Amino acid sequence: MDWIALGLSLRLGALTVLILLPVGIGLGRLLAYRSFPGKGIVEAALALPLVLPPTVVGYYLLVAFGGASPLGQAFQALFGRGLVFTFEGLLAASVLVNLPFAIQPMQRAFEAIPRDVREAASVSGMSPRQVLARIDLPLAWPGIVTGLVLAFAHTLGEFGVVLMVGGSISGETRTVAIAIYDRVQAFDNAAAALMSLTLLMLSLAALGLTYALSSRIGRRHG
Amino acid sequence: MGEGAAAGNGLSVCLRQDAPIPLDVTLACDRGEVLALVGPSGAGKSTVLRAIAGLHRAQAGRIVCGGASWFDSGAGTFVPPHRRAVGVVFQSYALFPHMTALGNVEAAMLHLPRGERRRRARELFDLVHLAGFEARRPAELSGGQQQRVAVARALAREPSVLLLDEPFSAVDKATRGKLYRELAEMRRLLAVPIVLVTHDFDEAARLADRMCLLDGGRVVQAGTPHEILARPATVEAARLVDLKNLFEGRIAAHEPGATWIDWAGRSLAVTPPRPDLAVGSAVAWAVPSTQVILHRGDAGADEEKHGNLCDGVVAEVAALSEATSIVVALGSDPGHGLAMTVPAHYARRTGLAAGTAVTIAIRPEGIHLMALGPDR
Repeated sequence: MDWIALGLSLRLGALTVLILLPVGIGLGRLLAYRSFPGKGIVEAALALPLVLPPTVVGYYLLVAFGGASPLGQAFQALFGRGLVFTFEGLLAASVLVNLPFAIQPMQRAFEAIPRDVREAASVSGMSPRQVLARIDLPLAWPGIVTGLVLAFAHTLGEFGVVLMVGGSISGETRTVAIAIYDRVQAFDNAAAALMSLTLLMLSLAALGLTYALSSRIGRRHG
Repeated sequence: MGEGAAAGNGLSVCLRQDAPIPLDVTLACDRGEVLALVGPSGAGKSTVLRAIAGLHRAQAGRIVCGGASWFDSGAGTFVPPHRRAVGVVFQSYALFPHMTALGNVEAAMLHLPRGERRRRARELFDLVHLAGFEARRPAELSGGQQQRVAVARALAREPSVLLLDEPFSAVDKATRGKLYRELAEMRRLLAVPIVLVTHDFDEAARLADRMCLLDGGRVVQAGTPHEILARPATVEAARLVDLKNLFEGRIAAHEPGATWIDWAGRSLAVTPPRPDLAVGSAVAWAVPSTQVILHRGDAGADEEKHGNLCDGVVAEVAALSEATSIVVALGSDPGHGLAMTVPAHYARRTGLAAGTAVTIAIRPEGIHLMALGPDR
């Protein structure tokens, strides 16, 4: 069992989720409540990681993060480290790849709140911030948690993008999914089996939780 | 209308826009007055209400309430809904599903100190006759009870205008009657303008002091419900209020006591005279079904007393709960049927049925004349 890889995966998942929480709520509400020109294109772009092969996403991120790109150069200049083959780069990639997993359940949950309930909150004297805190979040939280759990589970299992952007540097970019691949390559089937089982159980628990929460949303708005 | 509103106590609204639906509406409502916005679906009633609440921003216009300017397109003023002192009862009530009934009302009291909210919310529960239901969730309340919570929540804000968007459409008839009486009672306690959106003319006549008939985003007629329902200003208004017995005729003569019209070969007297309508001009005329009186074939009816006697045959009889609605055909033209109501016991006693020959009197003072365009 590669404990370093497991710890790195968990850290990557936790930080991804931490960043996606405000981003997902913000973008989820924007897409649920506003209409603007090009909204369809924005939604399609956000959903792209769901359909593209991870190697394709990874390739573009590698190009975008690389030392030759303005983004890579800016990051290098600011922090003295590159975005490619570093934990920071892996985290950035993880956030981008997980956007649809986090946003879609949140957006659906915000959309399920009847418009007149939110309007009633406004005319009852609640500011937009109070509507968020007292109406949107309490009614949409199962969707928010679902989005975060899905993103966390997907981060643990992501392979292609991690390999393209991060490689397999122990303690820096080698996640459990990569470690399993390494162990199989090294004919260490026992370690691969143990780590696979760990991932399987974590994913099963995450999905079980999301299904339980989805039925809760259905009940509340049904 | 609405003189007090202009003086800054009530509500005055002027809205104009081309899209999403065209709107050109000016209206006012005094404190303590109930103004009904009536009209067919898509007339703009709800859009006007939403604009007053701040949920819709019209392209141009002004909204002043209780002396405060909420919207003024000229000055670039637009006060967002949460800063307007409005109470809104939504058609679907729009209660907060995750809060208790009491929580719903307290949620609209953010302007009060925390400690005072509970006490004041309980007072409102007493006012709407809901004491004992404070801890229930909206899903555990009946339609009528949800409506009362919605009213309590609208009042919790201490609004300077109360907006009711078809608030009675989702409850059964028996509950509706009860809620009507309670609203009438409540408005005596409230010194704010009340704007009621409805498509039910009976409801408007029952609850409102004044009525504004809207169609296609325009005010077709404003006045008391009685004026509009009995004496619509135009044929368009008459059609919108679904006036029974609406026909077209021609002015025949003016006499000192009456104006005479020609209608389908008959002469009908109309009092008081309407010298403003030129002799020979086409007019629409209408008579409420209550102003058509039935005689049973006995030609002894005195024309002096009722006037405008016509012979006809009963074409339709429909027994309603308390009255019987009948249509009497005059002549062979099916377009010349007059609708009237007679008490149910009278219809039963006399054995009124389709095919019975009858004489009817159209009361001259019940006939309402409306000018038709010159091209008619």
